[in-house]
Amino acid sequence: MAVALSETELTGDRRSAIIDLLYRLADDSLIIGHRESEWTGLGPILEEDIAFSSMAQDKMGHALAFYTLLHELAEPNPNQLAFLRSASEFRCCAFVALESFADGQQSPPESLFNNPVRDRLVSQGDWALSCTRQFLFSEADAVRMAALETSSYEPLAQLARKFRGELKYHTMHGRMLIERLGAATEESRRRMSASVDTLFPYALGMFETTKWDKLLEAEGLAPAECTLCERWLEEVGPRLRAAGLEIPKNAEPVCGGRIGRHPAQLARLVDDIQQVRRLDPAASW
Amino acid sequence: MVQFTPQPHDKPDDPGYEERLVAFEARVARGDKVEPGDWMPLDYRKQLIRLIQVHANSEICGALPEGAWIPHAPSLQRKLALVAKVQDEVGHAQLLYRAAETLGKPREELIQELIDGKAKFSNVFHYPAETWADVCVIAWLIDAAAIVNQTMMAEGSYGPYSRALKRICYEEAFHLTHGYDMCITLATGTKMQRDMLQDAVSRWWKPIMMFHGPSDKESKHTVQLMRWRIKLKTNDEQRQIFLKKYVPKMFNLGLKVPEEWDLRLDEETGKWLYNEPDWAEFISVVRGNGPVSEQRLRTRRLAHEHGLWVREALEAAAGGRPVPMPTAQRNRVAVEN
Repeated sequence: MAVALSETELTGDRRSAIIDLLYRLADDSLIIGHRESEWTGLGPILEEDIAFSSMAQDKMGHALAFYTLLHELAEPNPNQLAFLRSASEFRCCAFVALESFADGQQSPPESLFNNPVRDRLVSQGDWALSCTRQFLFSEADAVRMAALETSSYEPLAQLARKFRGELKYHTMHGRMLIERLGAATEESRRRMSASVDTLFPYALGMFETTKWDKLLEAEGLAPAECTLCERWLEEVGPRLRAAGLEIPKNAEPVCGGRIGRHPAQLARLVDDIQQVRRLDPAASW
Repeated sequence: MVQFTPQPHDKPDDPGYEERLVAFEARVARGDKVEPGDWMPLDYRKQLIRLIQVHANSEICGALPEGAWIPHAPSLQRKLALVAKVQDEVGHAQLLYRAAETLGKPREELIQELIDGKAKFSNVFHYPAETWADVCVIAWLIDAAAIVNQTMMAEGSYGPYSRALKRICYEEAFHLTHGYDMCITLATGTKMQRDMLQDAVSRWWKPIMMFHGPSDKESKHTVQLMRWRIKLKTNDEQRQIFLKKYVPKMFNLGLKVPEEWDLRLDEETGKWLYNEPDWAEFISVVRGNGPVSEQRLRTRRLAHEHGLWVREALEAAAGGRPVPMPTAQRNRVAVEN
């Protein structure tokens, strides 16, 4: 069994690897939480509106906890990390940054006095994309966090154990929706199936290999990304098939997020997040 | 759920009606709660449905101006609190529609009437939230005004509504603390932040003064509603409670009320005096002629319509078993382009 490390013992590459891992975890959490909260007040049914808001809060709470660990390792404080970095400094995967719009609907939305993103979500958004993403992401999150519960970096292991109770409900929610919407009506089958096709290559990108993979694994800090991906496929594959949904063949992972190469959607999102804060970054808000 | 069909004995022209009404009013006067299966005058039922529906509609329409600022909330703590608050509002709508359903009107119908523009929602949500400071003012002063109203209504005679309101008030108390904290932060912040807050207060003062409804001289429902203990204080009484408690707090934060209101304390009576709002304008706003009334309804209509496939699929997946959600009806509202 690996020896638990306290943060003072962290030096050199081991320290860099942990910092990189924490950025990936924190940024994925913040951005998926942000995307889920975009539906708050606009959901297809009151119960799902509430469920998405609730999961969004959990994920933003996780982001705050990971950013706090980073701050303990002498990185900037959580609000500086979330509100004052440029998009290219984020380490999230493209999957979480994607907007929930169907292809070909890129014309400007009508102005409904919500804000540009929400106006577009309400007039052109596709909830099937968001709900399929929630399923695929939560399964990956659960697999990853379960593995991190025994990380040799104890502060992270503690968080992973703490989040287990919340993530259980995220996976329950995703599984319930996939099972019910996958084959319920012709329309729901078509929408869910199209969402899986669109999202799957991006979902594989959640497990983009990083230069720290070997070290993280060797030190008992975190399993290699390819190992997590295999476990994830074992979870999502049978569930999708049971819901009558096919995993697209030969899907190529969309990578780059872990080294700061993001789709334009992330830059727009970061502008959105930072809009008010940047009116006066030094002020207290 | 069973849809309510009025029976002859619920109506005033039934021979036994007068006797039942006297017994009902005596019960209500004693402070008894009226429960769903109990006999009640048809008009009592209708007034309650109307009030609960307006309240529920206001919760889901109120989620729009505040929800619009979730993406821009300027710190992780504010973002978390704002999502939680708007989630609560949607939860309140769910709870309130359920209370209205106990009176015999299904949720789907209640929501359909809202998006068709046939049912009202609170005047304050017919106005746009233009800056972050607007969200702070809504969370503090409008929630404060709402709490004055809802704490009073929670003592009302209809059991299910009263119980829903008690739970709602409990959550609203957190929203108020969150709103006050956001306003204090801006009021004690930089000049830009203070100006932003004052600007929001100045723009929102009119809708806030109108929030509790027309003055007692003009309110057409008040007498009847108070006799049946659906409402326990008049609109003007509620407005005074609000002003008494919150105007001093606003002044403490250095905030000003626009001069045209001539807001002043009558030292002798302890009452706040002010120039009467234009109640014709209030009526026009709640009838759907406010600055963003149309956009609010259109947003709700689009969200409802785009969610239809989800509701239909969930219902189909339940295989005819009852599901805790409104029946998905194929009565799509035409999307005008």
